[in-house]
Amino acid sequence: MEIHAYEKLWLGAALLLIVGFIATVSYGAIGAGVEMIDDEGGTVDPQALDEHPQFSEPGVYQSGPNEYEVYVIARQFAFQPGTGEPIRVPADSTVTFHVTSADVIHGFEVVGTNANTMAVPGQISTFTVEVEGPKEYGLLCNEYCGSAHHAMEGTMKVVPEDEFNASATAGGA
Amino acid sequence: MATFVDRYPDEAAVVKACLTVSFTALAIGAFFGLVQALHRTDYFRFISSVDYYTVLTGHGVLLALVFTIFFLVGLFTWAVVQSLERPMPDIRLTWAWFGLTTTGAVFAAVAILAGLIPSIDMSADVLYTFYAPLQAHPLFYIGLAMFIVGTWLAGADWFLAYRDWRGDNPDERIPLQTFMVLTTMLMWYLSTLGVAVSVVVFLIPWSFGLVETVNPLLTRTLFWYFGHPVVYFWLMPAYLMWYTVLPKLAGGRLFSDPLARVVFVLFLLLSTPVGIHHQYLDPGIAEGFKFIAMTNTMFLLLPSLLTAFTVVASVEHGARQRGGKGYIKWLGALPWRDPAFTGMALAGAMFAAGGFSGMINAGMNINYLIHNTLWVPGHFHLTVGTAVALTMMAGSYWLVPQLTGKRLYSRPIGLLQVVMWFVGMVFMSNAMHRAGLVGIPRRTAEPQYQSFDFNAVIGTVGELQAQIALGGTLLFLSVVLFVFNILLSAIEDPIENPVDDSLPAPLSGASGSPRVLDDLRLWTAIAVVLVILAYTLPLASIVGDAGWFGNVPGVPVWVSANVEALGDLLREVVA
Repeated sequence: MEIHAYEKLWLGAALLLIVGFIATVSYGAIGAGVEMIDDEGGTVDPQALDEHPQFSEPGVYQSGPNEYEVYVIARQFAFQPGTGEPIRVPADSTVTFHVTSADVIHGFEVVGTNANTMAVPGQISTFTVEVEGPKEYGLLCNEYCGSAHHAMEGTMKVVPEDEFNASATAGGA
Repeated sequence: MATFVDRYPDEAAVVKACLTVSFTALAIGAFFGLVQALHRTDYFRFISSVDYYTVLTGHGVLLALVFTIFFLVGLFTWAVVQSLERPMPDIRLTWAWFGLTTTGAVFAAVAILAGLIPSIDMSADVLYTFYAPLQAHPLFYIGLAMFIVGTWLAGADWFLAYRDWRGDNPDERIPLQTFMVLTTMLMWYLSTLGVAVSVVVFLIPWSFGLVETVNPLLTRTLFWYFGHPVVYFWLMPAYLMWYTVLPKLAGGRLFSDPLARVVFVLFLLLSTPVGIHHQYLDPGIAEGFKFIAMTNTMFLLLPSLLTAFTVVASVEHGARQRGGKGYIKWLGALPWRDPAFTGMALAGAMFAAGGFSGMINAGMNINYLIHNTLWVPGHFHLTVGTAVALTMMAGSYWLVPQLTGKRLYSRPIGLLQVVMWFVGMVFMSNAMHRAGLVGIPRRTAEPQYQSFDFNAVIGTVGELQAQIALGGTLLFLSVVLFVFNILLSAIEDPIENPVDDSLPAPLSGASGSPRVLDDLRLWTAIAVVLVILAYTLPLASIVGDAGWFGNVPGVPVWVSANVEALGDLLREVVA
């Protein structure tokens, strides 16, 4: 097959670009430690969330020094916690989210950050983020979930550590 | 020499019918686009935010499925007939698939549009992706199934035409356009299996109440098994025109036939085992499977990068044939007054920009930042919304006169129309990309939320909204111009040679390429193996989690006593 000289050059450059992209993603996963949401969160019966040890009382749990676990249920058309009361986590900590849905597919997005996941009924999305100084974030559902989808929102408050200890109730938020 | 309609009047009639359905869907879908652009930016509102989702579903289904695919089946019929230089084997079969696809499209459209009329107890505002457990009216799923089966029959029709031709020409290379049609259809058969299984096995019985529950991750994964390859199904007719028509309009000929074949084979191989890249943020799918989808996606850049080279080289060759000189100055020698050429060239330029934002989407880890934000529609309004749609409209200015024997009503209006589309999309799409970067979501009816504001990095959110509204308005006006130009062309008087429809032979012909490229069985087998590698384990794991029929009940977006009665009837018949 005849491949012209410039075509060969272009082909080589294109392959180099592709391999380069794969390399940067691999570096992100291995070097920088950006993990994907995967199947580690496990499954849950979406019709029996009230029998689940954590989702029966969704909220913020301390799991270690500066480490917190947040259990969130998304349902038409609210996050629990998040909508009725903000998700409150202390500044400069490591926060692991566990997000599931009680009905349809929702999105869970902390606006302007890369904390973003799908909430699929029956599945638990688990991901860990490092939170920094005190700040208030918007929270929204970014997957169409029904007639009032546009009203499904909430807030996440990163509060100073001493304030968090003062306000958090044992075991929940 | 007589044009297409004189040589193949029966085939021209079918192609015209396909384009009529296509452009009708375009007109309605574009109007819905205008309603959305003005509603969600809060410039002008006359529907409720609940009805917004009906309009959004209509926009997505009518434009992304009906407009694009009806244009495709029309174009492919034209391409097969004119490149094999023989009529379709049995025109009744051709009309049959046209009838089935059209009926399916009408069913789906009726189910969607009924959502706007409260007195009709029917709706389907489940959006283009129809993720279960949101549940549409059964007519929506039945329409989709009929539509897909119709496209399968269309493919069978083209394969039969090819088989007849092969019988008479046992040693010849497959003509390039037919080769493109056949490889595209093989990819389509492979990829639509996913959505067909999802709709027929799970969603139709579930929407009738024959099964109570659904596995949302399974139907979602089956959707994306089809939902990414469909992107290439839209794109392949545009590629067919860029490779075979655009060089001729530029004044030259295709640079390399063999490389064009390589590109289509690569699309057949790599289009399907990539769908999981739409599910990077889904739970229940292991990271390794996402990584496989990511590498396949990145390699899928190769055929598009090769296309960029070949098409630009062919256009440059055309410009030099027309007396163009210099490194850059040859661009001035191109026929910029021809709307067919200019439209396709601008579409190609926008495709390059869309390709870059697509690389961001494909990057597994940076995808976190833009997933389900306005960035995503910003991206696909460059690819399907411009590269494909603008190429189809521009190509029509050249194609329609061949089908009618009538001249184009107005070239200047055509030129204004394609440039207006380009400008409108520059405004709308760049604003959408930027809005996505600050976290503004896609698929929502409201511009803002109660408890927080979005912070634009450069400029203001208000300015982004203004650009989206302005862009959307220009795009709608462009479609109005297009539809009127085509309508007025249809009522012109027939003339001798309404358009120069000859296609010159490529610079490097098919004879220079290895014969193995034409071995469609081999490429199909490899494509199947790649799909099995990419999908078997994740699907097994998803089914292992919740079973085939899952444990999640439906959440109807419609309520109906009649359909329950119909479900009871079906249950009795099945029992």
